[in-house]
Amino acid sequence: MGDRLLKLDYGIPARDLACAGEASSNVKKLLVQLGINPVFIKKAAVSMYEAEINAVIHGGGGSAHIEIDHEKVQIYISDKGPGIPNLELAMQEGYSTASDEIREMGFGAGMGLPNIKRYADVLDIKTEVGKGTTLTIVIYFERTDAPSKITELI
Amino acid sequence: MGNYFHSVTLDEEKCRGCTNCIKRCPTEAIRVRKGKARIINERCIDCGECIRICPYHAKMAITDDFSCIKPFKYRIAIPAPTLYSQFKPEYNRNKLLNAFKLIGFDDVYEVARGAEFVTEATKSLIAGEGIKKPLISSACPAVVRLIQVRFPNLIDNLVKLESPMEVSAKIIKRKTAVLKGLEPSDIGVFFITPCAAKVTSVKAPYENQKSSVDGVISIRDIYLKLLSRLDQAEETEQLAQAGYEGIRWANSGGEGLAIGTDKFLAVDGIHNVITILEAIENDKLEGVDFIEALSCAGGCLGGPLTVENVYVAKTRLKKHIDEARANTYQNPVLEKFEEDIVWTGNIVYKPVMKLDDDFGIAMKKLEDLEHINDELPGLDCGACGAPSCRALAEDIVRGIANETDCIFKLREKVRDLAAQMMELESKIPPVMDKVRDKDKDKDKDKDKDKDKDKDKS
Repeated sequence: MGDRLLKLDYGIPARDLACAGEASSNVKKLLVQLGINPVFIKKAAVSMYEAEINAVIHGGGGSAHIEIDHEKVQIYISDKGPGIPNLELAMQEGYSTASDEIREMGFGAGMGLPNIKRYADVLDIKTEVGKGTTLTIVIYFERTDAPSKITELI
Repeated sequence: MGNYFHSVTLDEEKCRGCTNCIKRCPTEAIRVRKGKARIINERCIDCGECIRICPYHAKMAITDDFSCIKPFKYRIAIPAPTLYSQFKPEYNRNKLLNAFKLIGFDDVYEVARGAEFVTEATKSLIAGEGIKKPLISSACPAVVRLIQVRFPNLIDNLVKLESPMEVSAKIIKRKTAVLKGLEPSDIGVFFITPCAAKVTSVKAPYENQKSSVDGVISIRDIYLKLLSRLDQAEETEQLAQAGYEGIRWANSGGEGLAIGTDKFLAVDGIHNVITILEAIENDKLEGVDFIEALSCAGGCLGGPLTVENVYVAKTRLKKHIDEARANTYQNPVLEKFEEDIVWTGNIVYKPVMKLDDDFGIAMKKLEDLEHINDELPGLDCGACGAPSCRALAEDIVRGIANETDCIFKLREKVRDLAAQMMELESKIPPVMDKVRDKDKDKDKDKDKDKDKDKDKS
């Protein structure tokens, strides 16, 4: 059963910060149910959340595609936004092009991409100005040894 | 009962099998089966939400009966500071504590005092190096168990110190043994509790540590006993020893304030606690060194085993806090204590949501779960006995529920079956076809007659 592949797709709404993070929070739940070691779940959840927020704030919404197999979770976040003109600058901590309005809501601290880089085992960014951005994030995981026990209802 | 003792339990007679508790439970630990709410042992964290929400009072907490004090030669009550807030303001704290001596106890020691020791130890922890911040208080056992089942990444953030209840029990037991020359086994220490989670933490301590508490009596059970003797109580002894900071622990925010840092966050109510823990786990909480998280809304004052409304209790507690602050004798210089209050063990993650120990099977189950969930109506009505459609889908792949437990699915199936029956009904074996044709001809004739009748009229 090692070659089993689980695919999931989520839409990411444009500029809707109330719903932002729902996809990553869903994926987190699934990884918990699969019994992935929590340390790796955190890596996947935080990096996916940051990418999702980026797509909401900068990308005008987009989509998330997830593939999970026996050793890793691959996260693809795509948007058709303005693209990133200077990727090197964007990878710097504290650099952000977010509007004041977004910053007032507590986002746009310039930690998104740096955080993803910190947590992801593989980070690939394909971006074209005027066309959009696609992030590929890969997290390799281990499972938790602790057994799952659900006995009969009492 | 072994590892799975829970204080929170069900009164079968009273339970009507409604959906109130299943929807309120923060760990999706309750299912309705055969008209009764059943608890999934491993998931229950004893927060008491179900006790609070149940309109029929069918959820209850197992606590020790008052008679549990009898076997001990020397009996010591250790009341939670919440107790003070349950009585009218005219009774001062010392009188209240002295009343314990009229109902069968030999001595009283305030858990508020133990809270002060824990405060001091927490202060030095925060000041120390190499700790994971924010530190999360371990004073509320329901929160500790919540972290154990839902936030394993935060286990290292827990304050690994024993609770004020345990610290108080340890200190007074040792002191009494020395002062009275008694064997520790002759001394019974009884916690007067506002909540069910504390009962569980005594009966089934985390990772098999042994509790120093010999019995847990609920505030509800002892309230009337104390009240009826309060007027006779004389302040023969100065039993009130705790300072205002210890008493304030009963309030949400009390523990945080005592620690004396601006960088603390106090959250109360289990669902609010979950929101904050999620923020910490996702690196979304900055500039906070200490988290005080209490399962009950309003803190321990809002415990499910109290008698007074939480807001009234808050006002009453304030009076005790102010009095303690004003009294000079209660400016406690903490005596040195020999007790080791650092946890000897650690708590271990319990993956209660994991679908299967085998990864391949877990993947298969998750795939099935997603498919089943897509087909369910998504109303989260609870009529199937599970808290949400997704929870039902999960139960189905776990093998403890069926798709037809969903009343909408069941109706769909019945309708399909009816349609099939109708379809089958119209099919006629060839040998019977004649009869059918004749019948049809008759019908046609009838119709003609009707038409004629119409024309006439």
